[in-house]
Amino acid sequence: MAQNVLVVGELVNGALAATTRELLGLASRIAEGGSVGVALLGASASAAAPEAFSFGAARVYASDDATYDVFRSDQWVAAAEAALELAQPATILLSQTMVGRDLGPRLAFRRATAAAMDCLRVEMTGGALQVTRPSYGGNALATYTFATSPAVVTVRAKSQEQPVAATGAAGEVVALPAAGASRTEVVSRDAAAGEGLQVQDAGIVVSGGRGLGAPEGFRIVEALADAFGRDRAAVGSSRAACDLGWYPPSQQVGLTGKVVSPDLYVAIGISGASQHMAGCSGAKNIVAINRDREANIFRAARFGIVGDYKIVIPALIEALKAAKR
Amino acid sequence: MHLVVCAKQIPDPETPPAAFRIDAGTNAVVPAAGIKPVLSPFDAQAAEAALRIREQAGEGKITVISLGQGSAQDAIKQVLAMGADEGVLLNDDAFERGDSYTTAHVLAAAIRKLGDVDAVFCGRQAADWDMGQVGLGIAELLGWPCAIVAKDVQLADGAVTVQRVLTDGFETVRTPLPAVVTVSNELGDPRYPKLQQIMQAAKKTVTNWSAADLGLDASSVGAAGSRLRLVGLAQPEAGGAVEIIEGDTPEAQAQALVQALIDARII
Ligand SMILES: Cc1cc2nc3c(=O)[nH]c(=O)nc-3n(C[C@H](O)[C@H](O)[C@H](O)COP(=O)(O)OP(=O)(O)OC[C@H]3O[C@@H](n4cnc5c(N)ncnc54)[C@H](O)[C@@H]3O)c2cc1C
Ligand SMILES: Nc1ncnc2c1ncn2[C@@H]1O[C@H](COP(=O)(O)O)[C@@H](O)[C@H]1O
Repeated sequence: MAQNVLVVGELVNGALAATTRELLGLASRIAEGGSVGVALLGASASAAAPEAFSFGAARVYASDDATYDVFRSDQWVAAAEAALELAQPATILLSQTMVGRDLGPRLAFRRATAAAMDCLRVEMTGGALQVTRPSYGGNALATYTFATSPAVVTVRAKSQEQPVAATGAAGEVVALPAAGASRTEVVSRDAAAGEGLQVQDAGIVVSGGRGLGAPEGFRIVEALADAFGRDRAAVGSSRAACDLGWYPPSQQVGLTGKVVSPDLYVAIGISGASQHMAGCSGAKNIVAINRDREANIFRAARFGIVGDYKIVIPALIEALKAAKR
Repeated sequence: MHLVVCAKQIPDPETPPAAFRIDAGTNAVVPAAGIKPVLSPFDAQAAEAALRIREQAGEGKITVISLGQGSAQDAIKQVLAMGADEGVLLNDDAFERGDSYTTAHVLAAAIRKLGDVDAVFCGRQAADWDMGQVGLGIAELLGWPCAIVAKDVQLADGAVTVQRVLTDGFETVRTPLPAVVTVSNELGDPRYPKLQQIMQAAKKTVTNWSAADLGLDASSVGAAGSRLRLVGLAQPEAGGAVEIIEGDTPEAQAQALVQALIDARII
């Protein structure tokens, strides 16, 4: 059954965010012949329209007002509502980013409907939208249908295939209003120090947990990342390590941290609580270094070494260096 | 100053994965034997945020609200023991098996009934369903602003200043009261009630409100009013068996692991 789908997009450095491209691919699959629209907000919104067309959008609802470059919920909700009026979608897709976490529920409640957050699977079955999302810290997968329309769905990053751009695709740009008033004022922003390769983009993630015993343990973890090569490897951490102040929260992997899906995830001194695994179960291979053979992490790992990281990791660093020579 | 904390009782999120069971017939989680339900952890942090604000201001009342069955009294009592003044339990058969929408709808009605509320504190997400929308829902239903994922909350001069955790850093926002704030673990550990406070909490008032007390029609709450239909609940498949790398020395183990990674074309 054809349905209109509206994506609320996000822009990074003037281009569509990777998560927005994923949503456009998904939107085309579930529209079943209906129209795919995307709302883009910020200085480079209409400039990014051709890219949106190439990923399957027929309409771009855009406002180039640079005020939107800083996310203020009130302004973005109003703009998304305007796009909603124009697009009349049965399904609204957002990414499970800070924008989507905020906007999804707001849009849903304004329309007296509900949002399904952080979904992994979004599909049409027998003419009805059905979504599957992790719950209970990743211990369960819950599947829902919607009793009201429009359905608001936020989608986890990297849960969908990256679509391939079509050449020569065209569409229509529809203007959205400039930003209105915001009750909330953004006083300041501090970017996390994290330069270079981001943990969510890395092909190899080496993470440390409470088992490191002290913040200095992260120097050993970082040395292992160096041995893999910093062009490919980034350092993550468990929430326990972040809460102890051993590593910045921007590096936290898990349900309430970053979701990573590297080729290789090395968990060092991490027990493998479901909420941590929620952030790394998409890794193609997990290697666990843990003193406790019974630790849950070994249930998810492909390879494991049972032992004290202080002995295992330096040996591993040497073995990697030797293998490179 | 009147602050409200929304507190939910949930199955212990630290239940070991091996003890986690689902009843496929009812799509419900089977309570693990010997593991008691707990106050959702982020809600304890929401309570902590409210208590810190009252300490700074030197005055103010804190009401804790929970929608749930009779056992949710325990979650309320825990926040009362931390230092909240009064509790409200929203308990009615009609509230059963609701969703985020009906939960926010009932909580918003209770906050309206309290009348003079300046700020509402919720957890960033309840650690059972991990949705993270009830706080925003309450704000939308009441027409209030909302700041989510707070690390620090200050309240002064009719406004709330919230330091929020972003994906890559922090942001400070300021919003007029009344407002809703959802709190994250970066706020820091919630206080641990002393024995004396636990005994005092037993004497504090907990009021019970039903749908009728809130002027809500039974068809607008619980399963009848819910927008999301849970049609399946399953446990994710466990991964394959782990290969434990053995060896006579750590060096031998390390070399064997590196070789295994190379053989599997992982590095
Ligand atoms: C709602 C909610 C959300 C959460 N979100 C997240 C999240 O996003 N990310 C996250 O990580 N957690 C999250 N948690 C917390 C999670 O439940 C766990 O508490 C946390 O992941 C534990 O961190 P850890 O594995 O580092 O510590 P622990 O569980 O304490 O494990 C430490 C491990 O180190 C091992 N060890 C000790 N010493 C050594 C040594 N010398 N050498 C080798 N191994 C050693 C131990 O055997 C143990 O297995 C969340 C919890 C809740 C309730
Ligand atoms: N049944 C409930 N009773 C009281 N507060 C709740 C209830 N459900 C959710 N909340 C509040 O809303 C927050 C977010 O919940 P959720 O949207 O379900 O993840 C929780 O951390 C609580 O503060």
